[in-house]
Amino acid sequence: MNRNPQLDEKGALQHLLTIEGLPREILTHILDTAASFIGVADREVKKVPLLRGKSVFNLFFEPSTRTRTTFEIAAKRLSADVINLNIATSSQTKGETLLDTVDNLLAMHADMFVVRHAQSGAAHLIARHIGPRGHVINAGDGRHSHPTQGLLDMYTIRHYKRDFSRLSVAIVGDVLHSRVARSLIHALTTLGTPDVRVIGPKTLLPTGVERLGVREFHDLRRGIADCDVVVMLRVQNERMSGALLPSAQEFFKSWGLTAERLALAKPDAIVMHPGPLNRGVEIDSAVADGVQSVILAQVTFGIAVRMAAMSILAGN
Amino acid sequence: MLPDAESLIERLLRQLRAHVSSETGMVGIVTGGAWLAERLHRSLGLATPLGRLDISFYRDDFDEAGLHHQVKPSQIPFDVQGRKILLVDDVLYTGRTVRAAMNELFDYGRPAAIELAVLVDRGGRELPIAAQYTGETVAVPPGKILVLDRDDNGALSLHLSDRRRERTTGDARR
Repeated sequence: MNRNPQLDEKGALQHLLTIEGLPREILTHILDTAASFIGVADREVKKVPLLRGKSVFNLFFEPSTRTRTTFEIAAKRLSADVINLNIATSSQTKGETLLDTVDNLLAMHADMFVVRHAQSGAAHLIARHIGPRGHVINAGDGRHSHPTQGLLDMYTIRHYKRDFSRLSVAIVGDVLHSRVARSLIHALTTLGTPDVRVIGPKTLLPTGVERLGVREFHDLRRGIADCDVVVMLRVQNERMSGALLPSAQEFFKSWGLTAERLALAKPDAIVMHPGPLNRGVEIDSAVADGVQSVILAQVTFGIAVRMAAMSILAGN
Repeated sequence: MLPDAESLIERLLRQLRAHVSSETGMVGIVTGGAWLAERLHRSLGLATPLGRLDISFYRDDFDEAGLHHQVKPSQIPFDVQGRKILLVDDVLYTGRTVRAAMNELFDYGRPAAIELAVLVDRGGRELPIAAQYTGETVAVPPGKILVLDRDDNGALSLHLSDRRRERTTGDARR
């Protein structure tokens, strides 16, 4: 009995909802396929005909520029037709339920849905509802999961560090509210990264985070010592007003990545960030724009990774 | 009785020598065609670097077969625009792989001409495609596929197989 809603009865990927529970072979297959898509962007015609005649619907119930745009570019480079639904002006505001919206789009012969929603589990709900009638990619649901971000982070790390088996990776900041951190932690442990550290104030680390196979640090200097990869998480401004965080300046003082702090990591350590950047809050501009930063490469790789995920799903 | 791949390479080289120049862009189709192209390219001493295509993103059976495992990046290290291209594959069968390869090539630019060299032509074409240079024409029993193998020393050999391998070669991929 197959309990993973992402896999079909043959164990092939039908939906991409979360990295948790996905076998290593599927993650590696996505990363390897992405490597073959990288070169497409350098050609005269930046498209392959793989998804010709397929319709991809971007359902973004939460604002996003980078993720929505890179999904759109990825689908277009695969020759799919892309329809962006502006949810703020859609029937949802007239009271239509999420699943009614999906049923209507299926009636318009949608082949794939890319879903971003503030509610954890929204993409799962849609995937369970449509089953084998289409494909769902979770583009971020609440605090839960953002699998393509986790995969593009893995692609970036593999690109610069080649092999996960000897790496120390530090994830710094608001881990508690971060679906990016959760997806990355699952991907890193699945692909055999021996040392994954989460670093942040107690209030912003989930209780029992060690159960995910990571080490917990409450001191940035100790936490990033000798690591190969530093992943800075975005401080979500909306959290700043609550009791969890003092102020932007206070946060930067304790947890902001400066050149002086980065010097504690390995000399060839790379700095990553999922964006959007809060300069002077979680990361100093000198570091964000510095030679060790691979933040813009992450964006470029994200297109190839999303092309890989979409083409593998569409072919299953 | 299958022909010896190594002697077919010699035969192909004799045909090709008079028709290639330093400007010819040679492109091998992954996997078997790329192996063969490496050998031809080295023996002919072509100045233009060797290219290779993995046609997985251009296959016409994606809807039935899905995406191939282990897609390798295509690499065309020269300008296709206006150049004479020599496409190389191991086995010519239905012609669908060659069609896919030509489609992909055109996404790099408009070649002046494309010619096709294959080690073996086994007939059974489903598209109007022909090779300009052929090692040998071979009759293969229906249901069998012809595959090129490479041993640890780089020597190539032909084998008959009953089923599709995960990474078979040429048109046998179907």
